[in-house]
Amino acid sequence: MTYDWNWAVLLQPVATGEGTTYLGWLIDGFIVTTELTLVGWVVALGLGTTFGVMRTLPGRIPRSIGTAYVTIFRNVPLIVQFFIWYYVVPQLLPTALGDAIKDIRPLLQFFLFSVLALGVYTGSRLCEQIRAGIQALRQDQVNAGLAMGLTLGQTYRYIVLPQVFRRILGPITSEFLIISKNSAIASTIGLLGLSAQAVRLVEYTAHSYESFILVTLAYFFLNGLMLLLMRAIRRYTARPGLMGE
Amino acid sequence: MSIFDLHSIFEAREVLLEGAAVTIKIAGAGILCGLMLGTFLAVLSVVKSRPLNAVARVYISVFRSIPLVMLLLWFFLIVPHLLIAIFDIPPTTDIRLVSAMVAYSMLEGAFFAEIIRAGILGLPPGQFNAAQSLGMTQLQSFRYVILPQAFKAMVPILLTQAIVIFQDTSVVFVIALGDFFNNAFKIGQRNGALIEMLLFAGLVYWIICTTASVLVKLLEKRTRRA
Repeated sequence: MTYDWNWAVLLQPVATGEGTTYLGWLIDGFIVTTELTLVGWVVALGLGTTFGVMRTLPGRIPRSIGTAYVTIFRNVPLIVQFFIWYYVVPQLLPTALGDAIKDIRPLLQFFLFSVLALGVYTGSRLCEQIRAGIQALRQDQVNAGLAMGLTLGQTYRYIVLPQVFRRILGPITSEFLIISKNSAIASTIGLLGLSAQAVRLVEYTAHSYESFILVTLAYFFLNGLMLLLMRAIRRYTARPGLMGE
Repeated sequence: MSIFDLHSIFEAREVLLEGAAVTIKIAGAGILCGLMLGTFLAVLSVVKSRPLNAVARVYISVFRSIPLVMLLLWFFLIVPHLLIAIFDIPPTTDIRLVSAMVAYSMLEGAFFAEIIRAGILGLPPGQFNAAQSLGMTQLQSFRYVILPQAFKAMVPILLTQAIVIFQDTSVVFVIALGDFFNNAFKIGQRNGALIEMLLFAGLVYWIICTTASVLVKLLEKRTRRA
């Protein structure tokens, strides 16, 4: 196979006259992907914790809401969810709100819907991890907390969740890596993350191998950064005597 | 918004079924070839040979760390050259479908390998020694003693992974392959029934995956009791 390798093409100014280089596009994509991953991650953790806790509460109603959340969002492919958030949800909202969303800058719109899609989907996966983590904890812990006069909320906040999060740091880390990989799907609704920039580079430079290699390495690099971040969190939150794996 | 346009879904049934056939082909290839490759890689990763272990480990971690979107784009870029050179495929073949099938098979091979490997390592270590002391070769021990047990223990997880593969096939959207979801999207856009089509596609995936997960759970319960 003869292929005309030319890495220097990455340093050429882009053909659209934006005053940046092709490498600049890739760096922009890397920043967008990183932002999406981090923000999506925060949303996912918030939703996953809320619904995961709900699935373990005594009441029947919060339990079924939690179950419904997991069942709906885990059983529809992520790309379909992206499209439903982006194309369907604004149409179903009240007209005023839908119009307000349409007035937002397109790039910000893509980002917001991507965060929603990724966050809600990953949240439903995390929800199960957190529920399992809570159920693995002995019920005595909750009872002891209640017996000491803590409210149920306080018991979860000060006794249950701190232990659960430390125990499931491993699965949480792998979900973190999964969310960065899944963020590539956001390119299908127009977000210019790394994967979208890879395609754009192929279109403009016709040097597909260089751009694909670089983008793939950038994803590996992002994965590495996240592993470091999670390791730092693990070290920071470790407590002697508490199993942190 | 007008009343939910069910008629347009019925009208599009042929294109949707065509797409569904593509989805089934990709998922089928991913599951069958992925299982075979995964078994092979799992055995490679546990045999007593460091170089072979390393090969399996590198393969698995590389495929697991590339985003699916990038993997599909990569295969769509490389596979056409290679496949045409190696297998002498007639140029009329839909290269998108072939490269997607290859991509999913190789990717799922890595995921299945992890599962089967865990199944093998979960067996009591005496099993392998016992097989060998009966005079079986390494290959025979895996074929008749280790793998059947490892598979049996891992059936629910393997099935769950198959459901994940089925969902993931929809990502072939990025190489413009007309699977069920992509066809639903295109028809919806063309006929101005995008909302109906997207919701319908989501509903179909949801019904299939929910039913399948419920069945897997039932199976898991039954095997645990047995």
